[in-house]
Amino acid sequence: MKIATSLMGAAVLALAAGSANAQVSDDVIKIGVLNDMSSLYADIGGKGSVLAAQMAAEDAGGKVLGKPIEIIGADHQNKPDVGAGIAKKWLDTDKVDTIVDVPTSSVALAVQEVTRERNKLFLMSGPASSDLTGPKCSPVGIAWTYDTYALANGTGSALVKQGEDTWFFLTSDYAFGHALERDTAAAVTKAGGKVVGAVRHPLNNSDFSSFLLQAQASKAKVIGLANAGGDTINSIKQAAEFGIISGGQKLAGLLVFSTDVHSLGLKVAQGLVITSAFDWDQNDETRAFSKRFAARNGGTPPTYTQAGVYGEVSHYLKAIKAAGTDDTAKVNAEMRKIPINDFMTKNGSIRVDGRVMRDMYLMQVKKPEESKYAWDYFKVLATIPAEKAFRPLAEGDCPLVKKG
Amino acid sequence: MKKYLFVALLLALALLAPFQIYPVFLMQALCFALFACAFNLLIGYVGLLSFGHAAYFGSAAYITAYVLKAWHWPTLVGLLAGTAVAALMGLVFGALAIRRQGIYFAMITLALSQMVYFFALQAKFTGGEDGIQAVPRHPLIGQLAIDSDFVLYYVVLAIFLFGLFVIYRTIHSPFGQVLKAIRENEPRAISLGYEVDRYKLVAFVLSATLAGLAGSTKVLVVQLASLTDVQWQMSGEVVLMTLVGGLGTVLGPVAGAFIVTTMQYYLSQFAWIGEWVLVIQGVIFVIVVLLFRRGIVGELAGWWQRRSVRPAAAE
Amino acid sequence: MFELLGVPPQALFGQLLLGLINGSFYAMLSLGLAVIFGLLNVINFAHGALYMMGAFVAWMLLHFLGIGYWPALIIAPLIVGAFGILLERLFLRHLYHLDHLYGLLLTFGLVLIIEGVFRHQYGSSGLPYDNPIPGGQNLGFMYLPYYRAWVVVASLTVCFGTWFVIERTRLGAYLRAATENPQLVQAFGINVPRMIMLTYGFGVALAALAGVLAAPAYQVSPLMGSNLIIVVFAVVVIGGMGSILGSIITGFGLGVIEGFTKVFYPEASNTVVFVIMAIVLMLKPAGLFGQTR
Repeated sequence: MKIATSLMGAAVLALAAGSANAQVSDDVIKIGVLNDMSSLYADIGGKGSVLAAQMAAEDAGGKVLGKPIEIIGADHQNKPDVGAGIAKKWLDTDKVDTIVDVPTSSVALAVQEVTRERNKLFLMSGPASSDLTGPKCSPVGIAWTYDTYALANGTGSALVKQGEDTWFFLTSDYAFGHALERDTAAAVTKAGGKVVGAVRHPLNNSDFSSFLLQAQASKAKVIGLANAGGDTINSIKQAAEFGIISGGQKLAGLLVFSTDVHSLGLKVAQGLVITSAFDWDQNDETRAFSKRFAARNGGTPPTYTQAGVYGEVSHYLKAIKAAGTDDTAKVNAEMRKIPINDFMTKNGSIRVDGRVMRDMYLMQVKKPEESKYAWDYFKVLATIPAEKAFRPLAEGDCPLVKKG
Repeated sequence: MKKYLFVALLLALALLAPFQIYPVFLMQALCFALFACAFNLLIGYVGLLSFGHAAYFGSAAYITAYVLKAWHWPTLVGLLAGTAVAALMGLVFGALAIRRQGIYFAMITLALSQMVYFFALQAKFTGGEDGIQAVPRHPLIGQLAIDSDFVLYYVVLAIFLFGLFVIYRTIHSPFGQVLKAIRENEPRAISLGYEVDRYKLVAFVLSATLAGLAGSTKVLVVQLASLTDVQWQMSGEVVLMTLVGGLGTVLGPVAGAFIVTTMQYYLSQFAWIGEWVLVIQGVIFVIVVLLFRRGIVGELAGWWQRRSVRPAAAE
Repeated sequence: MFELLGVPPQALFGQLLLGLINGSFYAMLSLGLAVIFGLLNVINFAHGALYMMGAFVAWMLLHFLGIGYWPALIIAPLIVGAFGILLERLFLRHLYHLDHLYGLLLTFGLVLIIEGVFRHQYGSSGLPYDNPIPGGQNLGFMYLPYYRAWVVVASLTVCFGTWFVIERTRLGAYLRAATENPQLVQAFGINVPRMIMLTYGFGVALAALAGVLAAPAYQVSPLMGSNLIIVVFAVVVIGGMGSILGSIITGFGLGVIEGFTKVFYPEASNTVVFVIMAIVLMLKPAGLFGQTR
């Protein structure tokens, strides 16, 4: 009897001591990577993002506050229903603490609501819509890598400054395409340029010949491609075929990734000007990370959304350590207190609307003769500092931003 | 007797399920089950393959989502509005498509559904590819709040059972018998004096209405309506569910819906399987078409029948 | 934002020519589908995936064996055609006695598998394939790439060649007879199952040929077929599901109509084919040139 009671007492004390040390929910830090693994954007994020998250966990030592870090991934198939369903299940029953990546803005918007309701952190790297830090902003939603405003603004104003001041838009006929066209047109006009015309094509279109013909006829100096994925790739390839470049017009790809350039080949894609958050070959730090990543990714270096996943997971883990717990509010506060420093972001910070302020880069696709080794695709033309790159806080319509 | 026991068992399972299994998953499966059952009414009992059923599912979803979010209508009225629009659509599209048969019927329904997709893409109120998000869950009737997934499950279950009941009564009624006669031998049915086109149209409208009900209910569950709901791939998924479960059986589409939804939820969890989900669906399609044409429920029912016959034959 | 209304006639000619070029592509692609449905009564949903395989085999020939575009035009269709024959023997053969529905569903399942496997292997963005005849001719009202002119010529040749063989030669007559009354034709000593197998292979080879033609112009990606398959179906249905000539003419016609739409209401250019399909089906259900079976 006595032994039993003292054993019991010891057990209770041990339990109390154990739980006083670190309040990590469910004794594990579980991060869910949700993106498109089977369709259009699988190359841009996909399994590579899961790998990036895993590398971030490993580089942090595999555990934080003595608790293991677990990374899981799932395919939202670009369907908001599926994405929201998986997000809910992860947060309600699977002990997931935070959700990362989520390309495809319609899915990201749905997950934003789910995480907002359940007060769990949502670290976005994949989605492009600037509404996520605008009217739909959330106190727990953080846009890490890029958005349409930055892409539009960067490419638009930079090209106009170089003298390319007349624009024609080839726009994908859906909300994302319209938004990209609208933002770029605004940037072009503000920088002193002129938009001479635009044509809207259906989504997932294979043949762009007639739209390119209209673009040629407009004699604009720049043809802005306000589309994404297969549409962008096809537009660029056919622009080369129809002699657009040799005719003297420039192409501005508003949303282009390194994997897109890889699938086009330099012969076709050369000269394309884009805005990007990261290129694997920018400096020694990025090269070091990318070599490690590529070794585990079939030789393919990371895209900027995948690099962004690494960045956000690392920062998140640092914040947990600093906060001493994985409680959402405390970690959120720490994330905004600690400056963001990794191979891709220097002295970055998180704004009140959830926007990570980081430098963006104006890049151009090299000519085939300029490329010396595999994946040597881009040269950096200019750095766009954070405050210039992203939409000013006051213009965003984010309800979290106090007026006046 | 055995049949009633079986049904009672299923009902008990359905009532107890949310205690063990994640209710959101169950609700989504139930919505798709209702959708598949509605589709099955047309293909299994009338013999008409519709390739455009997503049009009714998705349109009802958009209407319900919009009136709930923008106009703050009460939930029940919102559900009715969505379903009513689907019924109307069914009437118009049905009248146009009924005049043809077989593959031509399927193609007309596909064409009409694609036009609905285009409209959904262009119209302002649907929100384009972002869809209508953050649809609120107003209380159902008076004070019955449905914010909790747990409570909503029983509401969705009730709606599903209602839909299933409608289908069951339709099939096992004189009207249903005429439908089967039309499926078996349309010229003979005509020669017997039945106005075949009218019967087909009624079945079509019923099918579209229940598909719409499924779509409206889905909006309550996931709180959003998007382009995915009106795409032709959604029409293809419901065909898959019905085929896998068993054409022309009452519970077949339900089984099929649960299987496909389970694949989407649970299989896509494993990152390495994630990209294989579609391939697996394809393999299932091929195997079912080649070997299990009666679908899971059909095969089980056949096996059950053979079992009950065999002891008698042994004597 | 701004749209081009009041199009000058020069620009219109350019668009019409482009429409014809696209039409020749649609005609080629729907030809294989029409052959398979017209002669075998199988609704080959896998047509888009097989077209994609044609493009990929061309890429593989270049990448692994150094075989260029011109030989690939012959080799790739042969390889994919052989694969098609394999599919016919293993899967489709068992479904001929059943409703059309099952053939459609089976081929739909095959699409998911084929596309999934290629996507796993090659990613979704696609692979580069060089233009074998770069450059073009400035016609005044537009710039016509040499490659597109070649596509029209190739497509017209193949389309009318196929039509001729099926409608005007003895082999074609056997084929048509075999589909109407296989037992009788078999009784005459002709190996009907083998003919059917070869016909499916031929239809598949046509799809693959379209794929090789597409590789330099469109991106070679595992998803390239799924964008086109629905349109191709619509073309075959409008033209008349059994009629070879119907799908050729409809293919060209649709290209031209799409060309017009792209000038005046470009957003609808992918949807106009469905509007036409719905109208045709309601007025003339067997299609413009088909006969009801």
